[in-house]
Amino acid sequence: MAPNRTVINMLIIDNDACIGCGLCEDNCPFDAIHVEEGKAVVGDECTLCGTCVDHCEVGAITIEKEEVAGIDLDAWSGVWVYAEYRNGRIAPVTHELLGIGTDLAAKRGVKLAAVLLCESAGDVPAELIASGADLVYTVEDTALKDFTDDAYGNALEDLALKYKPEIILAGATAIGRSFIPRVATTLGTGLTADCTNLEIGDDGHLHQTRPAFGGNIMATIMCPNHRPQMSTVRPMVMQANEPDASRSGEVISESVDPARLVSRCRVVKSVYSEGSQVNLSEADVVVSGGRGLENAEGFRLVEDLADLLGGAVGATRAAVDADWITYPHQVGQTGKTVASKLYVACGISGAIQHVIGMKSSETIVAINRDEKAAIFDVADYGVVGDVFEILPAVIDKLKNR
Amino acid sequence: MNIVVCIKQVPDAKDVRLDPETNTLSRDGVKSVINPYDRHAMEEGVRLKEEFGGRVTVVSMGPPQAKAILQEAISCGADDAILVSDRAFAGSDTLATTYTLSQAIKKTGGVDLVLCGKQATDGDTAQVGPGLAVRLDMAYVTCVKKINTVTDKVVVLERMMDDGYDEVEVDLPALLTVVKEVNTPRFPSIRGLRKARAYDIPSYTAADIGADPAQLGLGGSPTQVVRVWPPEPKGNRTMLEGSVDEIAEKLAEIFHESSIG
Amino acid sequence: MDHFLSEDQQAIVDLAKQISREMVIPKRVHYDETEEYPLDIVETLAKSDFFALFVPEEYGGLGGGCYDIVLALEQIGYGCVGIATAYAASALGAYPIIIGGSEELKQKYLPKVATGELRAAFGLTESNAGSDAGGIQTTAVLDGDEWVLNGTKQWITNGGQAHIYTIIAITDPHKGARGASMFIVEADDPGFSCGPKEKKMGIRCSATTELIMKDCRIPKDRLVGRRGTGFITVMKTLDKSRPGIASLGVGLAQAALDEAASYAKVRHQFGKPIIAFQAVQHMLADMAIETESARTLLYAAARHIDAHPKDMSKVSAMCKVKATDVAMKVAIDAVQVLAGYGFMREYPVEKMMRDAKILQIYEGTNQIQRNVIGQELNKEYTK
Repeated sequence: MAPNRTVINMLIIDNDACIGCGLCEDNCPFDAIHVEEGKAVVGDECTLCGTCVDHCEVGAITIEKEEVAGIDLDAWSGVWVYAEYRNGRIAPVTHELLGIGTDLAAKRGVKLAAVLLCESAGDVPAELIASGADLVYTVEDTALKDFTDDAYGNALEDLALKYKPEIILAGATAIGRSFIPRVATTLGTGLTADCTNLEIGDDGHLHQTRPAFGGNIMATIMCPNHRPQMSTVRPMVMQANEPDASRSGEVISESVDPARLVSRCRVVKSVYSEGSQVNLSEADVVVSGGRGLENAEGFRLVEDLADLLGGAVGATRAAVDADWITYPHQVGQTGKTVASKLYVACGISGAIQHVIGMKSSETIVAINRDEKAAIFDVADYGVVGDVFEILPAVIDKLKNR
Repeated sequence: MNIVVCIKQVPDAKDVRLDPETNTLSRDGVKSVINPYDRHAMEEGVRLKEEFGGRVTVVSMGPPQAKAILQEAISCGADDAILVSDRAFAGSDTLATTYTLSQAIKKTGGVDLVLCGKQATDGDTAQVGPGLAVRLDMAYVTCVKKINTVTDKVVVLERMMDDGYDEVEVDLPALLTVVKEVNTPRFPSIRGLRKARAYDIPSYTAADIGADPAQLGLGGSPTQVVRVWPPEPKGNRTMLEGSVDEIAEKLAEIFHESSIG
Repeated sequence: MDHFLSEDQQAIVDLAKQISREMVIPKRVHYDETEEYPLDIVETLAKSDFFALFVPEEYGGLGGGCYDIVLALEQIGYGCVGIATAYAASALGAYPIIIGGSEELKQKYLPKVATGELRAAFGLTESNAGSDAGGIQTTAVLDGDEWVLNGTKQWITNGGQAHIYTIIAITDPHKGARGASMFIVEADDPGFSCGPKEKKMGIRCSATTELIMKDCRIPKDRLVGRRGTGFITVMKTLDKSRPGIASLGVGLAQAALDEAASYAKVRHQFGKPIIAFQAVQHMLADMAIETESARTLLYAAARHIDAHPKDMSKVSAMCKVKATDVAMKVAIDAVQVLAGYGFMREYPVEKMMRDAKILQIYEGTNQIQRNVIGQELNKEYTK
C-alpha cells in the first residue's frame, strides 16, 4: 500500500494573472501549453521543464513542488573521472574528462581523481596523472578483465560510498552509457547523459548541458539535492590537457569484496573491429555516404576518401538498408552520434534522422547535386555537384599532395 | 517465457522541424509514434514468444494518448498491454521513471525477460533500461545486436561495443536493451488489428502500482531542468563554386585544414 | 470520396497502404529491374494475414468478402501491380479448391494457404487455348489410383514460385465442355516441372512460366469437384477473381494520377506550375473522373457480389473492363503530363504504363469480358 501522503508536482496557472498573451505557448519546447479562450491551459505533455515560467511576463505560471529534504551536501567532495580502459587502451574520452575535470576541481577547490577498474593497471595510472589526475584509485581484479555491468557497477558504487565524491564523470561511450546509469540508480542520485558542456555555477552546483530532441533543443540540468552529481560526457567535445609526465599524483590501490565482483553476465569473447571499422564516435574525420552514391560500387568512393583522410566511414540509413555498408557505420537517430572535427556528407539529402547524428561536428562539408538538399542547412561548406565527378577529383588531388 | 517490453511514445523525428524564424521546435502536425528502438524490442519479444512460448506484455508510461502505441503493439503480436499514467508522474527524470516502471512491472509478476529499446529518441539518455534492471534486481545487457540462444537459465547474445562487439552470456531473469540491427520489425496483422480494437487497455495510476509518492514525478527526480533553449544556429555556410578541378582543389585544402585543426 | 467503409475495412486499407508505402514502393524499382520474385514482400503480406483474408474462416482464414479483398489489392496495386500480382495469383490458384474442393482437400491445403506456407497458382492457359478455353490439350487419364497428366500450360503466374497448382485437363475428350476436370498438382509431384521465367513488358517481378507435365502422376483424390466439372470451376474462379484485377487497375490509376498531379504542381514552364494550364488541368480532371468512376463501380460490384454470390458474372466482368481500361488510359496520360521525364525510368509512370497493359489482357481479355456481359444481356432480355 502506498503511504498516506501526497506529493503534487504540477504547473499552476493563475487565471487572474494570465493575460492570454501566448508567450508560454510560443516558447514551450514540448507543445504542452496552449492559450484557450484567453487563458493558458497546460496539457499532459508537460514535463515541468519551466521554460514557460521563465517567459511569463506577468508571473502567472508557477511550478508547485514539495521541497525534498536535502542530504548533507558538504559530506561529498572531490571530482572523479571514470577512466575507461579496454583491450589494453585508455579510451580517448578519459583524457578529455580529465581536461574538463581539472577545471571543475579547480573551481570547487578540490582534488581530481581517476578511477581505474581493470585486471592489471600497469602504467595506466601514470598516464592518468600526466593527463591531470591528482589521485588514481585502482581496483585490480581478474573479475574486471572483461567489462560487465554488475562487477564494474558494484566496484564504482562501493568506492563512491567510501570516498563520497561530489561529481562523477564518465564518457558517453558504450561502456559508460551502460554501467553508469546502474551506479546512479543504486546511489539514488541524478545522472545526465551525453553532456556537451559542464560548468560549476555560482551556486556551487554542477551545471550540465546536453542536447535533447536530437539536438533540436539544448537543456541545462542540475542535481541540486543529491550527491554525487553524475554525468556522461560526449566524446570529442571536451579539451584534454597536454600530457605532463612530470606531474605527480597519488595512486591508491583499492580492493573490493570479491562477492561484489561476481557478475550475472559473462563475456564469452570480444571481437574487435579493424581498419575502416574504426570507432565512428571517436573519429576526427568521418566521411559519410547516402543514397546519392547510387550503389555499392559508388559507395567505394566514400571509403577511398575516408582512407586518404585517415577517417572513419559513415552512412545514412538508406545506404545501410541497401547493404552498401554494415549497420555499425550508420550515423543518425537509429545509428551512432558523431562529433568529428570534419564531417564530409556525400550524396546525403540531410533527413533530420541523419542530421541528428552529425550536426555537432566541427566542420561539415556537404556534396549533393540537389541545391535544395537539407544537408546544406547544417553545412559549413557546400558543393552543388555530382559526387561521381567531385569525389574522384578530390581523391586525385589528395593523392598528389 | 514471460516477456515485458517497455515502450515509449515520442514525437516522430520526420515531422520535427526547427522554425527558421523563431529557431524553436515546430511541432505543428507532429505525429506521436513508438520510439523507433522500442519497435525492435517489441519485435524481439514477439519473436522469442513465437519460438519459446509464453506471453508478451507491453508497458508504457505516459499520458493517456500513449494508449495508441500500446494498441499498435497488440496489433503487432503483443498479448497484453498496460498503460502507466498519472499526473503525479509529470516531470519524472530517469530515476523516477525507472521507479515507476519497476513498480508497474512488479505488479505483473513472474517476469523472465524485460526488453527495452537502446534509448528513446526524444531524451536520448539510454538510462532507463539499466536503471530499471537495478530496480528489478535483474542482470542486464545494453545495445544487444543479436540474440543467439535462449535456455530457461541463460541468454547468449551479442552486444555492440564502440570497438566491435562482445558475445555475452547473461543469467535470467534479465533486462536487455536492443539496437535496430537485432531484427526487422513486422507490420501489424489484420488479426492483430482486430484484437487491438477490442482490447481494453488497463491504466495503472500511482496508487494502483503501490508507489511511494515521494519517489514520483518532479519530486522523485534528483535532476532538474533549469534552462531549455534552442542551439546556436550554424554560422553562414560557404558554397564552393567553379570548375570540378577548382572545387576539388578547395575541398582538398578544407579537408587538410579541418582534419588537423 | 468517402465510401463509408466499416472500421474493419478501413483498418485493412490502412494496413495495406502502410505496407505498400513502406515496403512495396521503395522496392518496386529493384524488382522491376532485376525481375526477381518479391519473396520478402509476399512473406510480409502473409505474416500480416493477407493470405488468410481470402481463405474461409473454417480453414484457418479470415473469410474476407470480395469487398475486403478488393480494398486490400487496390492498395498493394497502388504500389506495384507486379508485386500485387505475385500475391493475388495465390488467391486465384486457391479459388478452385475453395469453390469445388472436397472437405479433405480443403482441410489439407487451405490452412497452409492461409498462412502463406503454401503459395498457389492457377493453370488454365495453353498455347492453343487462351480466350477459347475449349482448345485445351492437356489430358488426365485415370490409371488405377492415380491420374496421369500430360501437356503444357503457358504463361502461368507464380510458375516456379507456387507450391500447389490448380490445373485444368481434359478427362473425357468427347464430352466437350463437360469433358474437362480440375486437379491439384504439387510442385514436387513426379513428372511436373516449370519452364524458364518469361521476359515480359510489365509486371516483371511476377513469375510467369510454362508448366510442363510429362506422365505426371498424382493421387486419385486430387481431383477437385466431380469429374467433368472443370470448366464450371474455371468460370466460377474467374468470376471471383476479376474484381481483384479491377482493383489493381484502380490502384494503378490512382497512383498514376497522384504522380501526374504532384509533378504538375512542381514543374514550372513559362513562369508557372504546369497545373495552372488548362490543357494539363483538363487531362488531370479526366484522369480523376475516370479513376473515381472505376473505383465506384468496383466497390459497388464488390458489395453486390458479397450480397449475391450466385449472380456475379456480369458485374465482375463490368468492373474488370472499366477499371483496367481506365488504368491504361490514365497511365498513358500520366506519362504525357510528365512528358520527357515521364518517359525516363527515373520516374515511376513509365513502369505504370507498362504494367497497366497486362490488366486488359490477363484473367480474360477485355474483349472476352464484353462477350460475357453481352451474353448476360442476351439472357436478361430473352426473359
